[in-house]
Amino acid sequence: MTEPGSVMRQSNAPAGRLSSHEPANLGDILERVLDRGIVIAGDIRVNLLDIELLTIKLRLIIASVDTAREMGIDWWEHDPWLKGQDQELREENRRLRRRLAAAEEGAALPRGPTAEVEYVDEPTAEVDEHDG
Amino acid sequence: MMDNAGTYLYAVTRDEGSALPEGLKGVAGEGVRAITHAGLVAYVSTVPLDRFGEEPLRRSMEDLDWLGETARAHHRVVEAVARTTPTAPVRLVTVYSGEDQIRELLDRRHDDFAETLGRIADRQEWGVKAYVDPAAPPPAETGEESASSPGLAYLKKRQASLRSREESWRQAAASGEHIHDVLKSVAVASQRHRPQDPQLSGRAEWMILNGAYLVDLDRGAEFARVVDGLRGEGIDVELTGPWAPYSFAAFAETPERQGGGTGDDT
Repeated sequence: MTEPGSVMRQSNAPAGRLSSHEPANLGDILERVLDRGIVIAGDIRVNLLDIELLTIKLRLIIASVDTAREMGIDWWEHDPWLKGQDQELREENRRLRRRLAAAEEGAALPRGPTAEVEYVDEPTAEVDEHDG
Repeated sequence: MMDNAGTYLYAVTRDEGSALPEGLKGVAGEGVRAITHAGLVAYVSTVPLDRFGEEPLRRSMEDLDWLGETARAHHRVVEAVARTTPTAPVRLVTVYSGEDQIRELLDRRHDDFAETLGRIADRQEWGVKAYVDPAAPPPAETGEESASSPGLAYLKKRQASLRSREESWRQAAASGEHIHDVLKSVAVASQRHRPQDPQLSGRAEWMILNGAYLVDLDRGAEFARVVDGLRGEGIDVELTGPWAPYSFAAFAETPERQGGGTGDDT
């Protein structure tokens, strides 16, 4: 265990505006710049916010989720904002599954009639990355 | 502006006439400049779209070295600006076609920025992570090796260790709640984030709290003291910051987004 104090970036110095610093930990920085801060939708030229960042984010945090849930730390599952983001994931997931199903079908029945598999709303458990 | 260049936005502040930090470099090593418009200042730099366009980014975002470097550069700019004036950080890789678009943004979202900046002025974000070492309280095995068979002894031991693990979890979660509650009382707003993976935190212990707290400038020292007081008994509490208010700068957009950055549980 680290000795207390060694991890503090600013001790009891009177708080000037952002007056510390040893460089912050990369994990903390990533968490903040990827997951927080103002999101401006609409007119940006590059919009990776919806899917790519979310994927990375999930990859970064994923392994901790099960442990956390076992510990009873699962408040985010009731967080409407995160839920909203899950919605996008779910959408993406659904699309991919549809494509996969179509591809598999295509492989199995090279010339069969294309009955596209519809995945209707399954309320939960679509975001399998979460539920392990 | 050239067709193959974009304008990367880092942060927005009020126009208070503060000077742009000298020689500040942003992502891709480009110099940062300020666009002042409508009483606000946007901090931007030019980025090549062959690296910051949507397609190239799809690939490079997967490259953790590149991502780390870019994140640090973004953060460096946000911090440099935040050191001089209340700052609303913008999320990583927000790229516009050009300066005109940024001016248009400052016009259109003027009130949102003003509201956000008002909320975070004279306040700082502190990060607090609390860890429990699962190995710390060893189950009270008082050398009872007298079980009738080695197999039974093993099973008993295993059972006891499972029980104690469960109990440890419960206690750990409760400690996390407690620490958060105490810190909330010193903060203006607070947010719990998901616990980080050990790979991200760099620590093997259980992270029982990953919180962000928006604290009045003049209560920073008090907050640090409260954090100090929460350590002990197999619990380590880590304080980071002060940060630019990343966790509290989101616009209060649509109702369902409100929890995102406005201190949902305060």
